[in-house]
Amino acid sequence: MTMAEKILAAHAGCDFVSPGDLVQVDVDIALGNDITAPIAIKIFREAGAKEVFDRTRIALVADHFTPNKDIKSAEQVRMLREFAEEHAILHHYEGGDVGVEHCLLPEKGIVLPGDIVIGADSHTCTYGALGAFATGVGSTDLAATMITGKTWFKVPETIKFVFKGERLPFVSGKDLILYAIGDIGVDGALYMAMEFTGPVIDALPMADRFTMSNMAIEAGGKAGLIAPDAVTEAYVSGRASRPYTFYASDEDASYAKVIEYDCANIEPQIAFPHLPENTVGLSEVGTVELDQVVIGSCTNGRIEDLEVAASVLKGQKVAKGLRLIVLPATPAIWKEALEKGYLAIFMEAGAIIGPPTCGPCLGGHMGILAKGERALATTNRNFVGRMGHPESEVYLSGPAVAAASAVLGRIGSPAEL
Amino acid sequence: MKFKGKVWKFGANIDTDLIIPARYLNTSEPEELAKHCMEDADPEFASKVSPGDIIVAERNFGCGSSREHAPIALKAAGVACVIAPSFARIFYRNAFNMGLPIFECAEAPDMISEGDEIEVDGDTGTIRNLTTGQEMKARPIPAFMQELIADGGLIPHVLKEKQHKG
Repeated sequence: MTMAEKILAAHAGCDFVSPGDLVQVDVDIALGNDITAPIAIKIFREAGAKEVFDRTRIALVADHFTPNKDIKSAEQVRMLREFAEEHAILHHYEGGDVGVEHCLLPEKGIVLPGDIVIGADSHTCTYGALGAFATGVGSTDLAATMITGKTWFKVPETIKFVFKGERLPFVSGKDLILYAIGDIGVDGALYMAMEFTGPVIDALPMADRFTMSNMAIEAGGKAGLIAPDAVTEAYVSGRASRPYTFYASDEDASYAKVIEYDCANIEPQIAFPHLPENTVGLSEVGTVELDQVVIGSCTNGRIEDLEVAASVLKGQKVAKGLRLIVLPATPAIWKEALEKGYLAIFMEAGAIIGPPTCGPCLGGHMGILAKGERALATTNRNFVGRMGHPESEVYLSGPAVAAASAVLGRIGSPAEL
Repeated sequence: MKFKGKVWKFGANIDTDLIIPARYLNTSEPEELAKHCMEDADPEFASKVSPGDIIVAERNFGCGSSREHAPIALKAAGVACVIAPSFARIFYRNAFNMGLPIFECAEAPDMISEGDEIEVDGDTGTIRNLTTGQEMKARPIPAFMQELIADGGLIPHVLKEKQHKG
C-alpha cells in the first residue's frame, strides 16, 4: 500500500484498502478558521448538536481577516470565540496567540505524523509534509466531524514524484512544487494523492517540505504526502504531546503514475497570472515591473523563509515606489525573526512588517492591489482578483526571488544584486 | 429531477475566487453572497442571471479554496445546476452538501453555447440542447443524492431522516 492508503486503512480499522474504496475514518484533528468555521458552527447548531466529539481535537484559528478588518469580520471572529468558550475548545487561537493556521498547528505539535486531519481550508494538505493524511473540506463536512469525530473518504490513487539530482542555487521547495504544478497542470492530480520522494526531498528541511505539501491542492490534489524521516522526527519530537506513527509506502505499492524530475533542469520558478500552472523559469521571465512584494503566508511565512529573505535584503534598499510587505506567519516566528535581527534588516531595507495573518494572500486586507497593479508573492494562488482588484496581477515565487525582486523593482534573481 | 433553463458559459478552471471573491467572505448570508456571484469573471452576472438558469463551464470548475460560500452563492443567485467535464474535488463535495446539483459531462462545453435553452434529466443524465436539438449524456444523480438535493443539502436531509425515524 501507499502511505496514504496505510493511514486511511489504520483510521478505518481495516488491514487493507485500495483506491476507489469508500471508507469511514476517525479524524485526529478537525480545523476551521474565521471564514469557514462560522458556517460550520451555524450548521452544528441547526443540527441540534449539543457537544463536540472531543474538545481537544478541534482547532479554531482566527487568522484570515484578523486583526479584524471590519465589523462583519469581527462578528465572525466573535462567533468562534463564543463557540470555543461554550465547548472549552482546547486549540482556539485569536489575538496575540494567533498565527497562520498551517504554520501554527505543526509548530504547536497539534497535528502529527500518521494523523488524519480535515480542515475547512484547502491548504490543510500542508500537514502531508509530516506524513499525515490531511485534506481540505467544506464547512458542512467540518460540522459533521465536529459532531461525530468521523468523516468518509474515497481512497485516492497516488501519483509518485521522484526528485533527483542536485538543487540549483536559490531553488527551494517552492520552486520544486511550482515546477511540478507547471508540468501536470492545476487539475493534474485531481482527486488523487501526491507523494513527494527522492534524494532531493530527503535532503529538504521541514520548512520546504511544508511549502511543497501546501501547494498539492494547486494541482487539484487531495493530499501531498512526504514520508517521515529523521528530519520529521527532529521537528516533531519536542512538540508532540500525544503518540504519533510514521507510515511509509511499501516498495511494491501501486501508483497511478510515477513522475521523475532531474533537479539539474529546475531553475527558480515564477507562476504568471492567473493560474499556478503558468510557470516560467526565472531566466525566461523578461521584464516584469512590480508595485508590491509579499513575503509570508502558509506557503512561505516560516523562519527559514524569512532567513532567506533577510540574507538577500541585508544592506539593500527596496526599490522606490515598491511596497515590500513581510508577514511572519506565527507569533513564535515573529519573535525569532526579531531576535535573529531579520526584522531589523527588513526595516532598514524599507519593508513594512505586519502581524501574522493570511491578509493579502486572499485579498482580505493589509496589502490590497489597485487596478492594474502587479505583485510578486510567496503565497500560493494567483487567480484573478486574488490580492485585490480583478484587473491586478499576482505572480508567485519563492522567498529568495521575492526578496531580490523587491530591491530590483522587477522580477529578478538574487544573483543580480 | 429535471432542470430546464438558459445557459451561461464559462471557461476552464473557474476558481472559487471567481465564483465568490474572498473580499466578500466576511459574511456567509446567502443573499449577500449572491449579489457578488461570479463577479470577477463577469461583473454583470448577478444582475443578468434568472432563477433556473444553468452554468456550463469547461474542465476543473470550482478549483481553489474550500469555501462553501461558492455553492451557496451560486444557489442563492438562482443557478439551478452546473455542468462541466470535471469539478475540483472540494467543490464537488461542497456542492452536493449544499444541495446544488452538478453534472459531469465531457461534451457539454462543445455542444452548448451561451444563451441556449437546455433540459437536464437528473435520473438518466440526459442533457438536451433545446436550441440545437443535440443530445448528450452526463453521469446521472443517484436517487438518494436527488433526495438530499431536494431537501436542500446534507444537513437538512439528515435532520429530516432523523425526524422520520422519530
